[in-house]
This record gives sequence, structure tokens and C-alpha cells, in this order.
Amino acid sequence: MQKMVNVYFYGKKYSVPADLTIMTAMEYAGYTLKRGCGCRHGFCGACATIYRIKGKNELKTCLACQTQVEEGMYVASIPFFPTDKRTYDINEIKPTEQIMMELYPEIYSCIGCNACTKACTQGLNVMQYIAYAQRGEFEKCAEESFDCVGCGCCSTRCPAGISHPMVGVLARRLTGKYIAKETEHLKKRVEEIKHGDYDQLVEQIMQKPIAEMQELYNTRDIEE
Amino acid sequence: MYTENMQASVKKVEATRAERLGMEPRRMTAEEKDTLLQKFHPDYRKEGFAEIKIGPNKGEKAPAELSHLLHSNSRLLGVDLDLNKIDYDTDVLIIGGGGAGASAAIEANEAGADVMIVTKLRIGDANTMMAEGGIQAADKENDSPMQHYLDAFGGGHFAARPELLKRLVMEAPDAIKWLNELGVMFDKKEDGEMVTTHGGGTSRKRMHACKDYSGAEIMRTLRDEVINRKIPVVEFTSAVELIKDDKGQAAGAILLNMETGDYMVARAKTVIIATGGAGRLHYQHFPTSNHYGATADGLVLGYRAGAPLLYQDTIQYHPTGVAYPSQIFGALVTEKVRSLGAMLVNVDGVAFMHPLETRDVSAASIIRECSERGKGVTTPLGSGIWLDTPMIEQLHGEGTIEARIPAMLRMYLNYDIDMRKEPILIYPTLHYQNGGLEISGDGFTKAIDNLLVAGEAVGGIHGRNRLMGNSLLDIIVFGRNAGKAAAKKAKETELGSMTLEHVVKYAQELKAAAIESEDVSPMLLPNYARHER
Repeated sequence: MQKMVNVYFYGKKYSVPADLTIMTAMEYAGYTLKRGCGCRHGFCGACATIYRIKGKNELKTCLACQTQVEEGMYVASIPFFPTDKRTYDINEIKPTEQIMMELYPEIYSCIGCNACTKACTQGLNVMQYIAYAQRGEFEKCAEESFDCVGCGCCSTRCPAGISHPMVGVLARRLTGKYIAKETEHLKKRVEEIKHGDYDQLVEQIMQKPIAEMQELYNTRDIEE
Repeated sequence: MYTENMQASVKKVEATRAERLGMEPRRMTAEEKDTLLQKFHPDYRKEGFAEIKIGPNKGEKAPAELSHLLHSNSRLLGVDLDLNKIDYDTDVLIIGGGGAGASAAIEANEAGADVMIVTKLRIGDANTMMAEGGIQAADKENDSPMQHYLDAFGGGHFAARPELLKRLVMEAPDAIKWLNELGVMFDKKEDGEMVTTHGGGTSRKRMHACKDYSGAEIMRTLRDEVINRKIPVVEFTSAVELIKDDKGQAAGAILLNMETGDYMVARAKTVIIATGGAGRLHYQHFPTSNHYGATADGLVLGYRAGAPLLYQDTIQYHPTGVAYPSQIFGALVTEKVRSLGAMLVNVDGVAFMHPLETRDVSAASIIRECSERGKGVTTPLGSGIWLDTPMIEQLHGEGTIEARIPAMLRMYLNYDIDMRKEPILIYPTLHYQNGGLEISGDGFTKAIDNLLVAGEAVGGIHGRNRLMGNSLLDIIVFGRNAGKAAAKKAKETELGSMTLEHVVKYAQELKAAAIESEDVSPMLLPNYARHER
């Protein structure tokens, strides 16, 4: 006999197999998901969910696709949250301290309550990466926020109205474009291709008969 | 967290680990690979396929589930729609909000065109977001576009379309540069050199990565850029049919608001299908690593409008999907785990194959180990093979797993499995559609000269098997190309009067072929809801 648990979707009780995730349990209960369901494997942040276990006080946040159901779980999904992304021209901005002040001034209103970190479904130190952003330490902010899936649970809990995932994206783009060193070998190869250095060679390989390609492929040397 | 029989097998894996650390398993010969594929690769299982009865690929085979969708009915039959009431009017209409669609949108916008994206979920809810391992480009001294071509061509069983593969390898370095300049954080050394590794079937280390969030890092950057450019993105809105004009050109699409059920008309001078893959059709009952919306919609739309498919009968099963625990069954375990040195090991602790054979060969080999040879580890949902992840920490030092594959570590830790200390159980999962709509080297379908396709919905770039890291690459290369080409083409396109005549004609062909289906297509969303009655 399959072990069952009682869960409450939007307050309504359903008995579902205990080994399901919140997402598959909703489908077991008969829901056809339109919102609140994306990659189903913990990468896209579509299934931000809030729950409380019956009799307990703590309000928890999670990804529905990555969280197993529990007895007495009261579940509400957050199909959309109005995070506030500011727009900018990546070619015009520079990794200066002022840029955060210009685009996301509310980060300086952080009261240090750490609710964002507690709410993070990825276990990231969200308040810390906001602190790095405040100080213009974009590389550290980028690193600390790197595993963010943008579910927005942090922002739902923030008394200062910060859109944390958006701050992380900005820091990462600044780091990737301006702070990490330029790749010389990449620049060189792009130039060579533009210059036509490989045009003839690639045409040649395209024209080769299959038998010759098979021979070339099966005897090619493989870098250690 | 492992069951008793699993724990007993883990002991055997641990017992052989020291010895295995010093050796490299033999690679298979070309003949061995051919025999293995024919006997064990799902593409060779006849019962998984059905003949396509009408349309440009009539008489060819396709996965049974795809054939069924091609044989199903349009939603619009009998629906009274006024095509002259236009809800959206644009130069370039992009169907699909993944990596290919977003790249196309950015380039079309850059070229000065009016462009819009429609997507049935949100922008970024796509297989791109889930690509973990990396993206290939021959940008190092010991490598070249020709070497990349050879690896991809051979890995794809010499079936790739040369003009498509040429574009893929020649534009790869520029794709990386473009992404980097948009702010994608590639793994680099202090001096700026890219950290590159092998993937299955590569002869040079040309896999660029962003930890094991490569696709996510690319997708969230592209999404951010699309929004910065104020490109309209209509979410939770699917395209259910292409609209054509009386000259046979593509002229837009009928859209469906997924939430209200209302139809809308989008008119466009050029249309790009960037709808992605088909994993959620669960061919041959395989689990899938794909996102929720991967239901081959674009293939159905394009085919009904007259665009032919290519290699629709070849599917990629990623060798390492999660076999256990059940909650994440079928989820992807990135190939990077093997790139970093983890071996594939059977129930007795034997490394039965080289860990970096191409994906089709690896998948077939794992299926053989678990079936004919009976050397799999029994799981609640079938069986699996060990991927010996603790080897990574021993080969590259403690902390490597957390630094290089944090998503994998997190996914398993959720279920109390610490992959740094214990091996993990894997089995092939439905991962990628090698085939799709046929395009010419410049990105247009051959049947309709202002209809383009980009990304996983294209067939022919990779031949009959795709190498790791060439898909993230193709969505960028072909997405960008489609955006530029569509913007240019839109300038010289004069639309005639709009019609859905092709939909009616297709229905008549179905009827003439005596095909009756109760179902409608495109599928849009998988049917996962359980209903007791």
C-alpha cells in the first residue's frame, strides 16, 4: 500500500502519495498547471511556492518541483511576483559604485533583517550579495548570487522592496563584460575567421567524400 | 538514503575506485559502436515509430507520438476567426522564448526591425535554461573550426548538412564573444583564458562553461537584454497555427491566450519558429530532462504549413539522467560530471566503458548493461548505473564538485545524497530532438521563403546525434542568424491577403488518407493531470 499524506492546495485538502513533489502532487490532485511550472528541474524559478506545516508557525518558501510533500502542508504557489527590473544599456553603463545607486537605490534601504536569505530556495546568502552590491563589489556579488534561479521568494519577504534577483543579474553582467579579463585567444580566433583564414580549409573539409571523413574521424588524435 | 541493495553495490564501487583512478577504460572501435547502437539504441526500436501518412515527409517514419500529433486536428477547424481584425502587427514574429528566440529578437532589434516574441510559458522557460555542461567553440591554439567540424560530423554519423555545420563551427567563436560582451560570466582563468574541458566525442578541450549553470547564465543574460531593449514579449500565449497569405508566404500566426482561451491574430512579414524540443512527448515512455513546454509545437505548425522535416526519426537520449531518487527521475546529470573524470560503473563496481563516448553510444551501452548483461542496480522505477562522482574530488581536489557542478550537488543534497562522498545512480533520459524542420544554410525553410527556424526545432545541424555543447551553440548561432535574416527579409516582403486555407487543406488530406483522430495539435502542454473519472 502506497503511503499517503494530506496536503492542502490553496486551503483545499487532498490525499496524495508521500513520495511526490509538490508539483507532481498537484498534478496527482488533478491540476493542469499553466503558471507556476517551468523546467521542472530546479533551474528556472517558475514554481516559487510558499507553505506552512499545520500547527507550526514558520512560513517557508521553496520550489514546488524540488520539494517533497509533507503531512499537513498548506501550499500556495506564487505564479507571478512583480519584481522591479530597471532597464539600461549594457554598453553605456560601467561597474562603478554609482550605477547601483542609480538603478537600484532601494538596496541602500536594506534593514538587515535577513528575511531574503531565509527565503532563498537555493540556500544563497542573499543579504550578503546585496551588501556586496551596496559597496560596489560586483565580482563578489556576482559570485555569491551565481546560483540564483530568479524565483523571487526573497523579494516577496523584503520589507525594503528590493528586487534581489535583478541586482544579481546586473552584477553578473557587469562582471562578465567589464571586470573579468578579456580573452585574448578568443579575440584572435574571431579575427582570423573574419579575415577569411579558414574559408578555404572549411570548404575543403565540407567537400570530402564520406569514406575519407570516416577515416579522418576514426583516426583523429584526441587531446589528453 | 540509498536502499540496502544499493548500499551493498556502493561498497563494490568503493572497493575498485583506487584501481580505477589510475586507468582509462578502452574506447570502442567503430564496428563495436555500430553493433551496439543497432541492438540497444532506442532509435532502432521499430515499435517506437510510426509512418507519417500525409504531407512533405509522407512515407517516412517518425516517433509514434510525433506522427500522432502530425495526424491530429487543428484547433481552428470550425472556429470562426476574422483574420482582418489584427491584434499584433510586426515585422518579425518569433514563436518561442528560449535561447534561440531571445537571440533572434536581440539581433532583429539591433537590425532595426519591429520584433515581438510570443511564448506559451514565460521567456526563459526553455531547455536553454536547463543546459548545464557548456558550449563548444574552437577558439584555442590547438583547435580549429575544421577540427570542430570533424568531431561534430563524425559524432553525428556523417549525416549533418554541411552548410549548416559550417555555419555552426565558423560562427562559434563569435557567438562566445557576443555572449561575453553581453555580460555572460564564462569560467575563466585570472589572465582571461577560458577554462575549457572535453565533452563526449570532442577531440579538443573546447567546452566553455559557466559552472554547471551554463544555459541558465546565458538565458538570464539574454532575457535581461531582451527586456532592456523593450522588445515586446507576450507570455502565456501560444501560437496554434501559422497564417499564410495568398502568395504562399508566411504572414503571422493565430495566437491563443493560455489563460483566457481567447484567440488573437498576429500579422508579421517574417516568422521565426523557435519552439524547441519534444521531450515532453515521452517517446518510448522515457522520462525526460526537458522543460514543461517541450511538446514539438513548432514542428506541427511548420509541417501543416508545408515545411518539410529532416531526421525527425532521430532522438538523443542523454546517457545520464537521474535514475534515483524517484522525485527527480529523468532530470539531467550534466555530462560535465564525466568530463571531470567520474566513471560509469556497474553493480559489481566494474567500469564497463570509457566515460566519454558520444551520447548515443553511451546511452546504448548503459541500456545494454542494465538489460542484456543484467549488471544494473535495481531502483524503484527500473534500474541504473553508478556514476562514480567521488572520483572527481580525488582527481581534482576536495571542493571541486562544489565549485564546478554546484547545481548537481544541490539537487542531490535535497534528497540527502552527498555526491562528493557517494556515487549517484543514472539511466538514459529523453534529452534532445536531433531532427526538426529543414532549413537552408541561411536559416529559411525551403518551402516558405519568409519562414525561418532556429534552435532545437531545426533538423540537420547535428546529423543523427549531437555532441554536448553544440546545442547551446546552435541556438545562439542560428538564433542570431535568423534574427538578422528575418529583419532583412521583412524589409523586402509585401504581404498579400491572409488565409488559413492551408489548415483546411491539411484537414482534407487527413480525411483523404482515412486518418481520424480525436486529438488536437499542437499539444501545447503535456497531459499530466490525473483525473479519477
